[in-house]
Amino acid sequence: MPYNMKEVIANKPSRFAEGHRMCAGCGAPIVARHILRALKEEDHAVIACATGCMEVSTFTYPYTAWTDSFIHTAFECAGATLSGVEAAYKSLKKQGKLPEDEHTKFIAFGGDGGTYDIGLQSLSGAMERGHDMVYVCYDNGAYMNTGIQRSSATPRFADTTTSPAGSVIPGKMQSRKDLTQILANHHIPYAAQSIAFGDFKDLYEKAEKAIYTEGPTFLNVLSPCPRGWGYNTEDLMEINKLAVQTCYWPLYEVVDGKYKITFKPAKKLPIEEFLKPQKRFRHMFKPGNEWMIEEFQKEVDRRYQELLDLEEMTNKE
Amino acid sequence: MSIRERLSGNEAAATAMKQINPDVVAAFPITPSTEIPQYFSTFVANGAVDTEFVAVESEHSAMSACIGAEAAGARAMTATSANGLSLMWEMIYIASSLRLPIVLSLVNRAVSGPLNIHNDHSDAMGVRDSGWLMLFSENNQEAYDNLLMAHKIAENKEVLLPLMVCQDGFITSHSIENIMLEEDSEVKNFVGKYEPEHYLLNKKEPISVGPLDLQAYLFEHKAQQAEAMKKAKDVILKVSKEFGDWTGRYYGLFEEYKLDDAELAIVCMNSTAGTTKFVVDKLRNQGIKAGLLKVRVYRPFPAEEIAKALSHVKAVAVLDKSDSLNGAGGALFTDVTSGMYVNNIHVPTINYVYGIGGRDVPALQIESVYNDLSKIVETGNLGNPYRYLGLKTKEVM
Repeated sequence: MPYNMKEVIANKPSRFAEGHRMCAGCGAPIVARHILRALKEEDHAVIACATGCMEVSTFTYPYTAWTDSFIHTAFECAGATLSGVEAAYKSLKKQGKLPEDEHTKFIAFGGDGGTYDIGLQSLSGAMERGHDMVYVCYDNGAYMNTGIQRSSATPRFADTTTSPAGSVIPGKMQSRKDLTQILANHHIPYAAQSIAFGDFKDLYEKAEKAIYTEGPTFLNVLSPCPRGWGYNTEDLMEINKLAVQTCYWPLYEVVDGKYKITFKPAKKLPIEEFLKPQKRFRHMFKPGNEWMIEEFQKEVDRRYQELLDLEEMTNKE
Repeated sequence: MSIRERLSGNEAAATAMKQINPDVVAAFPITPSTEIPQYFSTFVANGAVDTEFVAVESEHSAMSACIGAEAAGARAMTATSANGLSLMWEMIYIASSLRLPIVLSLVNRAVSGPLNIHNDHSDAMGVRDSGWLMLFSENNQEAYDNLLMAHKIAENKEVLLPLMVCQDGFITSHSIENIMLEEDSEVKNFVGKYEPEHYLLNKKEPISVGPLDLQAYLFEHKAQQAEAMKKAKDVILKVSKEFGDWTGRYYGLFEEYKLDDAELAIVCMNSTAGTTKFVVDKLRNQGIKAGLLKVRVYRPFPAEEIAKALSHVKAVAVLDKSDSLNGAGGALFTDVTSGMYVNNIHVPTINYVYGIGGRDVPALQIESVYNDLSKIVETGNLGNPYRYLGLKTKEVM
């Protein structure tokens, strides 16, 4: 059904209140607010959050930015915590202890630290067990809450406080883990990669599918961090756009095993366009370091080609 | 009408859980508590309970899921041992700070390392300051009874703290003993319905749980936990009285066995109390005034009551089935002696670390403790207050 995203944004009340303490220019609150907007207005939601920027900035006692029910326990267990909530819902519903006509949806948020790294086991377990929940990773590519330490989501060569660009070692030397593929290979009904981009429809529609597909679903949303990445706060949306148009962060979804790339740039921009406005890649532009940009480009190309191949392969009749 | 049965400690715990019929059980297998989730998943598979069983991928997730479930408004239970509890440790503190009356069946086992699967109390002692209520059980009957009382205590509005029921791994968990079970319907009646005041699944009142709690409030929140722990003592006594009136089996904060007129006393917990009772009887036949104080409620710690109960004896030995490795004495010893000191009761008291890693504790060993106490009374010389019982000497090794 055709709809106007601007009208949805204007007319659907936000379930994520203003007054939280996230930084200006941070991608994460936009992601949270927009994903919650995909909930049906009449539905209740329980949101779980891993320890991280989003948790500490939105729920500092006695204030909360969450208008739905919300639970935070620890860093590595948003998946397990929410599976307990969902199991309680199933059990109480089955026993007639909750109103029959009320519906509750379950959404977890974790940064890349709480998702790719310390929380991977808990997430994997929750997905394998088939709980009816969405896990959203807001991936900002490092442990930003503790002060920009490398994670397994940090791109190669990025300068972080535990992979500093030094005179001998030029930043992080390892490639980024591909979490969306790992989750797709859990054979869950829905896994997708998105970003707050353009008219925001990509994120909205994927959130809606993830929330209202029965069973475990996963969204990986790139969520820039002005402090960690080193861009001007007002450039957030530009950075998001460049991540997509350079194919650094391809937008795609995997529905019951079938891959679909949801945005294919008409003209793929060179990776420098994405790297250049970010201080974490500044050393790559020093004379003599051209090889780093070349390597980076090669990896982006290879990964994008893999996706194109997967799309072709999984859609064969 | 009570039903006479023969069950192992694990079967007794699983039976209690079946009769409690919790909304959610999340558990991960670990020896020697593995049988509890095994038996329980059979109840689930056969429709004997309404429970959602969450077969989590670790104990950390087991406690996380229990926290989620309990906060959601459900009754959640789990079982574990040793390293399982160690892996839960982070979440154990979070469960009590969120004031969630989760009930855990802890089958005590030595915490690694090195790896050992047998009984001691090092797992329980590792969480003794975590804000959980802790009940210890001498045998399968007490493991069963303590679990039946658990929710009524933990869910009391004055308390709202999680509770663990301890029993000795293998010694109790895997030994089949006679037991009196209560009727399902009567258990259901006694345990009652869980009606939380605030919970995540209440659409009419959305809540946020588990904040960042900084300098302005954390101190007060911790003091509230401590207050609840203090109040729990009376609630435990009240629930235990109701339980006694129902079943005929009465429990207090601790059990005094021939302690009234005793001159020599042993303080211990769990299955060792059974062996000690046997030794007390034997010594009494020889005219030796031996007695026992068996701690049932370890948290909250009944410091004053224990100190008073021991005030008339001539010497006390506190047996710790876990070494605190602090060069000064085990945890139970430190608790008992500090309780005596602040209550101005001064009885010569020594400590034995014993039974580590499942080392057998025969009656003769317990008897040797009473002999040692006797010598202390005779000579007036306490000697080394921090001793080992049943430790091999270099010559033997």
